[in-house]
Amino acid sequence: MTPGPAFLGFPRADGRVGVRNHVLVVPTVICAAVVAERIAASIAPIGAALPHLAGCGQLGPDLNVTHETLAAYARHPNVGAVIVVALGCEQVVAQHLADTARQAGKPAYIVSIQGEGGTVRATARGVEIAKEMATATGRAERAWCPASSLVLSVKCGGSDYTSGLASNPVVGRVADRLVDLGGSVVLGEIAEIMGAEHLLAARASAPATGAQLLRIVNRVEAEAMALGLDIRGTQPSPGNIRGGLTTIEEKSLGATHKAGERTALEDVVAYSAPITKRGLTVMDTPGLDVESVTGMVGGGAQVVVFTTGLGTPTGNPIAPVIKITGNARTALTMADNLDLDVSGILTDAESFEAAADRLLHEVLEVSSGRPTAAERLGHREFAIHRRNPTI
Amino acid sequence: MNAAIVISDKDNVATALDPLDAGQTLRTGGSTVTVVEPIPRGHKVALRPIAAGAVVVKYGSAIGTASLDIAAGAHVHTHNVASARGRGDLATAGLKEPRYEGGRIAEPADSDPADPSASGAR
Repeated sequence: MTPGPAFLGFPRADGRVGVRNHVLVVPTVICAAVVAERIAASIAPIGAALPHLAGCGQLGPDLNVTHETLAAYARHPNVGAVIVVALGCEQVVAQHLADTARQAGKPAYIVSIQGEGGTVRATARGVEIAKEMATATGRAERAWCPASSLVLSVKCGGSDYTSGLASNPVVGRVADRLVDLGGSVVLGEIAEIMGAEHLLAARASAPATGAQLLRIVNRVEAEAMALGLDIRGTQPSPGNIRGGLTTIEEKSLGATHKAGERTALEDVVAYSAPITKRGLTVMDTPGLDVESVTGMVGGGAQVVVFTTGLGTPTGNPIAPVIKITGNARTALTMADNLDLDVSGILTDAESFEAAADRLLHEVLEVSSGRPTAAERLGHREFAIHRRNPTI
Repeated sequence: MNAAIVISDKDNVATALDPLDAGQTLRTGGSTVTVVEPIPRGHKVALRPIAAGAVVVKYGSAIGTASLDIAAGAHVHTHNVASARGRGDLATAGLKEPRYEGGRIAEPADSDPADPSASGAR
């Protein structure tokens, strides 16, 4: 047993630690998505497919993001083995994805739909490989690993007034504690930093890091403004506004509480790029929940803590997503989708510190294998951020 | 449990934790204010008069600008608060001036190779 907070994880050859041990089935391109989903379904729940809309008809940075995101999942510590399903004529290179997985110490095979001779043969071949991989992967045993090996993604969605007042500050306290223990935390959703960036930039450990944060916030704001529209058309969302949030500044000031109250900002990284620093990293993701979670997990987050005032089902194919609400009514009406209720904070029934104790315990339990609500319900949403039109 | 919460001493709004009725007196965050109209749960109420053009403050930071004169005790929301951010509808130019913090944080050049937004990977 490791001294200090620990969990039962899967130590990997590349030094990282998994909290799940999935057989990942990656389609290189949308054309291979259905075959990939059928192969993964044959070994549910250990099989995890990554159906996506891209992989061809893309140019430049957009193609890079697709490639890098799929490669990031192929080497992710929550994955024990990889099957790449190719069509055969697409842009994304199946061999590159398989090599990426093997370099991270994982067995990897390619099934080509054109190579095997159609959907039926490719599916049959993939299912055969998947069964073998599932048997081998299922034999892996968990071992005690220190909390410092965790990269925790912090996220909010379906926010209301309770998010900024209760659930986000609880997550922030857990973020601070995890960083104290030597772990890492990643915050995304640049649009939802807009209005609070001065507070985060002031916490940057190096001036250049603070400058990078301001630069990407400015870029996102300029992109929204270039459309000639008021960002209030989507930020805050209509549900946020009904929930009492008036402006993006107000939403952001509440949202950035998730990144801790005192932890220094150590790094700013691109969508799905590796999170390499201990402490707090900001990732350049959009505000759309599934695209944001997809990118942060790609960066290496093994666990996601997701606050919601209104309730939302979002999961991920390979990472457990823990849902926490500060809204007592949502805790009842959306109980299926939620893992933790911290609404007692707003009635003075529970302190922030006591709620943070419960959440940190939950993170370690889930990291040791306890399924989350999203996992139990089969929520495996996956969407790669796209910046350019399909050509 | 208070009917409303004030997060920072600098704030000029409180957040209703329960629906508030007109005529109800709030004593919160060192202020006393009479609510002048119904406030839905989770929505904001002005703790003092906020003149059109003045900054609305919550969490100790600006959350927008009053677009109308707001009376003490009034509902503070999208009908009387404008966001200062992402207002492409008001912009005459597409791009916003870069911000500097005390002259210490400067915008890197566009060619900065460390810029994470420039490509899919660092």
